[in-house]
Amino acid sequence: MIPLQPPRRLIDVQIDGEDVRVPEGSTILDACQAAGKDIPTLCYGDTLTPKNACRVCVVEVEGARTLAPACSRKAEAGMKVGTDTERARQSRKVVLELLGSSVDMSTTPRAAEWVEEYGADPARFGDDAATVEQPAKVDNDLYVRDYSKCILCYKCVDACGDQWQNTFAIGVAGRGFDATISTEFDAPLTDSACVYCGNCVEVCPTGALSFKTEFDMRAEGTWDESRQTETTTICSYCGVGCNLTLHVQDNKIVKVTSPHDNPVTKGNLCVKGRFGFGYV
Amino acid sequence: MSYDRLTHPLVRENGVLRRATWDEALERAAEGFRRNIAKNGPDSFCMLACARSTNEMNYVGQKFTRVVVGTNNVDSCNRTCHAPSVAGLSAVFGSGGGTSSYQEVEDTDVIVMWGSAARNAHPIFFQHVLKAIHNGARMFAVDPRRTGTAQWAHLWLGLNVGTDIPLAHAVAREIIHAGLHNEAFIERATVGFEEFKESVEPWTLTAAEQVTGVPADAIRELAHAYARADRAQLCWTLGITEHHNATDNVRALINLALLTGHVGRYGSGLSPLRGQNNVQGGGDMGAIPNRLPGFQDLLDPEIRTRFETAWGKPLQPRYGYNLTEMLEAMGEGKVTTCYLIGENPVQSEADSLSCIKRLSMLDHLVVQDIFLTKTAQMADVVLPASAAWCEADGTFTNSERRVQRVRKALEPPGEARDDIWIMCEIARRLGHDWHYDGAEEVWDELRALSPQHAGMTYQRLADLQGIQWPCPSEDSVEPPYLHHRLWETDPVKRGTPAPFAVLRHSPPVDLLDEEYPLRLTTGRRLDSYNTGVQSSGFASPLRRGETVEMSPEDAERLGLVAGEEVRISSRRGSVTAPVFIDPALRPGLVFMTFHFPDEVDTNALTIEATDPIAGTAEFKAAAVRVEKLVKAG
Repeated sequence: MIPLQPPRRLIDVQIDGEDVRVPEGSTILDACQAAGKDIPTLCYGDTLTPKNACRVCVVEVEGARTLAPACSRKAEAGMKVGTDTERARQSRKVVLELLGSSVDMSTTPRAAEWVEEYGADPARFGDDAATVEQPAKVDNDLYVRDYSKCILCYKCVDACGDQWQNTFAIGVAGRGFDATISTEFDAPLTDSACVYCGNCVEVCPTGALSFKTEFDMRAEGTWDESRQTETTTICSYCGVGCNLTLHVQDNKIVKVTSPHDNPVTKGNLCVKGRFGFGYV
Repeated sequence: MSYDRLTHPLVRENGVLRRATWDEALERAAEGFRRNIAKNGPDSFCMLACARSTNEMNYVGQKFTRVVVGTNNVDSCNRTCHAPSVAGLSAVFGSGGGTSSYQEVEDTDVIVMWGSAARNAHPIFFQHVLKAIHNGARMFAVDPRRTGTAQWAHLWLGLNVGTDIPLAHAVAREIIHAGLHNEAFIERATVGFEEFKESVEPWTLTAAEQVTGVPADAIRELAHAYARADRAQLCWTLGITEHHNATDNVRALINLALLTGHVGRYGSGLSPLRGQNNVQGGGDMGAIPNRLPGFQDLLDPEIRTRFETAWGKPLQPRYGYNLTEMLEAMGEGKVTTCYLIGENPVQSEADSLSCIKRLSMLDHLVVQDIFLTKTAQMADVVLPASAAWCEADGTFTNSERRVQRVRKALEPPGEARDDIWIMCEIARRLGHDWHYDGAEEVWDELRALSPQHAGMTYQRLADLQGIQWPCPSEDSVEPPYLHHRLWETDPVKRGTPAPFAVLRHSPPVDLLDEEYPLRLTTGRRLDSYNTGVQSSGFASPLRRGETVEMSPEDAERLGLVAGEEVRISSRRGSVTAPVFIDPALRPGLVFMTFHFPDEVDTNALTIEATDPIAGTAEFKAAAVRVEKLVKAG
């Protein structure tokens, strides 16, 4: 008697000459993943509505005038997509160069790998290229905002806003190159609406937002992901049953994330689940 | 303050706790149990199992009580919160679980959050509510305080503390008089409608407005919205259950669902939100005095025989003491020894001083915990345990009846050991050679005895990201909601009809008068938890310590300013705390948490008036007065 989602038609698309069948409504990115293609993404979030901010996932759609962002463009029946064409590669290269010249991408997972793969040269704009370099904002004991690593993908704003947390503690302030993610009037977090759920940290793709534990351990040089284990268990703070993934290094919890595909949490936690592990 | 983990066993010698080896501590624990059972019989023993520990631990705990000791005196702190929900739901539907799942909340049309500050107390559940609101659902908040939940509501019904039954009755009367009740459902699936209809007749909107303080128009709007909705969810938390007549409160809400047919269908249901990670599971596992694992009735001879055969020991055919009765029995000298696992009743029970007195009358108290809590400090033997959620394997069951895997991520500190290992070691010393190779073996034993868990192998739990009970078969998954049978056209399939309850309004026991004119209600804050033992371990920027929250009007009348230290007194005790002025409170209502018992022992104020059916204390309604501190000299 459970009302099922209306059945979805399957459609055929061609990815790099290979036929792929995906449910109607899938994005090109979904189709690429089904075809086993590795498309770089930064602003894409599996729990968020695509924002089309970074353009690193662009692909070439046959017959289209411009390149299409794979993360948001819906796959259509008969669509022919090129993921690795010269035009797409060139575009990704420039995106990586522009981001890499202005933003500290040292903690962005896979950024270095992509820079090499696409032959990007972030240094080519010279030493005096504009950057967003600034001191990290450390204004509380739970998480740190290092906006010199921010690519303005807006994922944190969406996670804090109406897509998940509905707290609206942060937004985008300023215009153009001077745009930043900011609390109201750029107040410290402790004077903002922030409830420290850390759901912005969960979705941040570059490490601009990070746990204080991770930030401190990186500063000390003790952060070592190769020595960390990840174990998914259940939060003990209330009866909702949120899933927690504990990142453990040397028998200490150093970070808590949440599985994005879980039916209870969908990647979200509250302050207790995310940060309340100090007692063990 | 932050607590240190227990890292080695302790035993009491010459009045003080000293470090001991595991062997010595286990021997001492077992010897005390043996001595008391020999002298006073098995019913002089009681166990408080842990609503925070795994299903597997709770299963072994109740088995220890029933098989090794031979009594049904096992309970857990679910008594202090949601036992009335279980009692109410199982009296009506024969099953004590919430009837809906979180996904259904997103897909519903009307949500009533009754006595539930979910925005702060259950934030991730509330995200499902927020999805529904963004989808166009209307949410009604019924709460004396204008909570974070109320701020998202279509309408906030700010009722007087303890007037839930009049409000529910007025809603019911309005639905009936407007002809919006579901006659077909009532006729087919319920009994007792006529008596119920008669019992709510006096509660006109005007009468209810006078008693509850909620405007008649608001009551009418809630009644019409709930009754007219295609799908509606009724959710409640401790605002309903921490009252002296809590089971009646729960029944009053269930009446509304029966009246409108908002139960047993996708998107329509009743959801009590559980306060602790495994309160649901503790009851499901039989760690309560009246049920065997699988929430099966102890008094059913057929069921009892099945367990007796499996466990090889006859079971007492009568219910044991619940937590409240245990404490009373301690006072009367009937219970002389207690095995207390992961509970801190000294700080979590209402009227804490009397709890301390009763525990101190025990001949032998064994506490198994991860911290040296105030309760553990009173013990004869303290056994250091592992933290269930990250240092043990097993399962928890959440508020939507979803059984999910708990996995070991850390090694416990020092000599702390797994709960199940500890219990097996004591069982062995009492003549029962128990051994389990890990939690899965316990779980499989439970699955063989509990039909509603039978299909939940560890592998399936991992593959399906948890499974909601009932799950009788390994080959299928049942619908996410309960009681579809009520909608069957075939009366045989429909089964026992759900009874309406005829209820009477019973105002809070602790009456307001000139001496104690203010109503104190208690609750949680977002970043803290219960007695604060766990949540004190992280530096929350939101934490501001205990305060007494009051309305601007009351503060002005009493001449108090924010931050000023004041004395709060009830008929039982008195504490001091700074004033916090909160416009979300109506005049006459003050609010405190119980997160910081070491600084402010709020439960010295609360009343130990308990619900006669479920035994839950009236934390939500004490009469107090607030006074300026008089400067010495």
